Amino acid sequence: MDKSPSPLFPHRHLLGIDGLKADDINAILDLAEGYVEQNRADDKKRTVLRGRTIINLFFENSTRTRTSFELAGKRLGADVINMSVDGTSIKKGETLIDTAMTLNAMHLDALVVRHHESGAVHLLADKMNCAVINAGDGAHEHPTQALLDALTIRRRKGSLKGLTVAICGDILHSRVARSNIALLNIMGARVRVVAPRTLLPAQIERLGVEVFHDMARGLADVDIIMMLRLQMERMNGNFLPSLREYFHFYGLDQAKLAKAKPDALIMHPGPINRGVEIDSAVADDIDRSLILGQVEMGVAVRMACLDLLMRTDAKRNDA
Amino acid sequence: MPSTLFKNARLLDPWTHLDQTGDLLAVDGAIRAIGADAAAAAPAGAVIVDCEGHCLAPGLIDMRVHLSEPGHEYLEDIETTSRAAVAGGITSLVALPGTEPVLDEVSTVEFVSRRARKLGLVNIYAYGAATRGLAGKELTEMGLLAQAGAVGFTDGTRAIADALVMRRALSYARTFDQLIVQHPEEPKLAAGGAVTEGEIATRLGLPGITPVAELIMIERDLHLVEITGARYHVAHVSTGAAIEAIRRAKARGLPVTCDTAPAYFMLNETAIEEYRTFTKLSPPLRPEADRRAVVEGLRDGTIDAIASDHRPHDQDSKRLPFTSAAAGIIGLETLLPLALTLHHKGDVPLARVLRALTQAPADILRLPIGRLALGAAADLVLIDLDRPYRIRAEQFKSKARNTPFDGMPVQGCVLKTFVAGRNVYGAER
Repeated sequence: MDKSPSPLFPHRHLLGIDGLKADDINAILDLAEGYVEQNRADDKKRTVLRGRTIINLFFENSTRTRTSFELAGKRLGADVINMSVDGTSIKKGETLIDTAMTLNAMHLDALVVRHHESGAVHLLADKMNCAVINAGDGAHEHPTQALLDALTIRRRKGSLKGLTVAICGDILHSRVARSNIALLNIMGARVRVVAPRTLLPAQIERLGVEVFHDMARGLADVDIIMMLRLQMERMNGNFLPSLREYFHFYGLDQAKLAKAKPDALIMHPGPINRGVEIDSAVADDIDRSLILGQVEMGVAVRMACLDLLMRTDAKRNDA
Repeated sequence: MPSTLFKNARLLDPWTHLDQTGDLLAVDGAIRAIGADAAAAAPAGAVIVDCEGHCLAPGLIDMRVHLSEPGHEYLEDIETTSRAAVAGGITSLVALPGTEPVLDEVSTVEFVSRRARKLGLVNIYAYGAATRGLAGKELTEMGLLAQAGAVGFTDGTRAIADALVMRRALSYARTFDQLIVQHPEEPKLAAGGAVTEGEIATRLGLPGITPVAELIMIERDLHLVEITGARYHVAHVSTGAAIEAIRRAKARGLPVTCDTAPAYFMLNETAIEEYRTFTKLSPPLRPEADRRAVVEGLRDGTIDAIASDHRPHDQDSKRLPFTSAAAGIIGLETLLPLALTLHHKGDVPLARVLRALTQAPADILRLPIGRLALGAAADLVLIDLDRPYRIRAEQFKSKARNTPFDGMPVQGCVLKTFVAGRNVYGAER
């Protein structure tokens, strides 16, 4: 069977940003622009993926990402089914491979997967004949989040090239940080990470970032501030002595924000912990905060990803 | 009296510094004559083995093997372990105590040696557990276990972490002149880790272990060795810093020895890319600088021995996300060809490679094996040093297939293996 991929996006799966080229990313963002307009219209539904089946397979709780993928699939006319698997109550590995093989036998067209372990989506993708989209695997990657962040920035700043972006907070446990670091480097932005040393993984500077431990210095003259959620559920040790101390030194408030460029924009993948990593007044500042805009872009970007990956299949089936 | 005359062999033995063409006569399971007079001494009716110029060396001694029997026979039993061992040229192996039940009682240690004796394929020795149930708290009956045949004491893949327990284990072991073998990893520091901390771990989003976890445990132990005087052996050393610490301790005259496993001189951490769980080891694979330090440690003799650290797993334990997958690989049938790469690449002289597989483990374990000496057991391996081929996991005698070396081109293979003069592998050739 001909498996020649779409010339616009020559990949079978979307497992991570690592491995993509600027052209691939632009192809997704350009297509997503059109879907932003479609999503704002009264009639939001198209039929380009009519007859296709998408399963959202979530081994980790998520409302936002799953809903976003569900809307994206439905607005393109596909049938979307949500499956939630509680990863803690079953023997994980057998379920993962067995679930993949079972779903594969049902002739899916796309599988969207979130899993709490790094590499789990790669393992599963090996068993699937359909397109697989990584909706977050452990502390590894969350590519659609980085893509929606890129679209959000591009629409406000015109381009990512030459911008300085500070990613702040729990870098150690963050797949969002890893995907964004990869994407921003590919697109020619300068990337900083700002965090206490206990929340930074080893040799993070080798990923193409400048490392800061002080918010005032790290935010000096940046264009974009990406705050990360402090993932309390991932804290399996004493990474931080107290939330109070964390907010004092690393929480984004007006004083720290003042160090950035006057037109610097604030982003956060959500859901936000008010008063932990971000002050409410800053989060809700409609001139500076892009947080809700990111959510909107998320649906459009996921529509673009589904479209590009499944169009590959369409070509193949028509051949 | 069954006797075998090995003719036209390149006789290789690190213990006697032997490297010459000649014959060897085995009578009644022991070496009777070596060299020019061997043929003349052969009784009528002796079986003749024409070695065709290939190397005849002492059978290999693998001082670190995970037995799956008792407890996990579905993975591998003592018979398949034995068949894999002799196919790899191994004539003696030492079982780790992490079976189920644990080898912490005289009865379980005796069970293993009885099973091995009945099979009569390979000599199986065993380490006793250093602490009851490998729990790291109470010492085992080391004196009685040693009398039952235990050749040393270890908690297997668990470090003896409590400093006071380790001190007492060393002191008590010294009472009976026994060896303590440590899995060198500070468990608190390594908790939750799957790979070596660094760029690759960070890129893959995998929890890292600082390489210092190995060094800290070894350096602590060396201080305890200094005050107890016990014989101490570090298993599968894998970092340059740890090797340097052992090098200095040896220079100071401490009774310390160590081994490494082939993965640590064959592979570096880049092998884990794409989340290949067959490269998940404990300790984890290291950066290239550490791999080179392991080669250097073998070259200068700081690392005494090479052991397979053979650890069978089934597919279900490896076809998992990386952090959930079981650690460890099999190695009985790849030990020799992988070790020989050190020789073929010119990194380590052949005699030293062979010593690390024969004389060195025998000396560490104080066993009178692993040598071509008159009166010694005729445990022998006939090796074609140069034959090129690819490692084929599907041809392994082992039940398990968890090796990252499947398909790798290597040079040097086992032609025949003899235990106490009996041809236990390669008879049809």
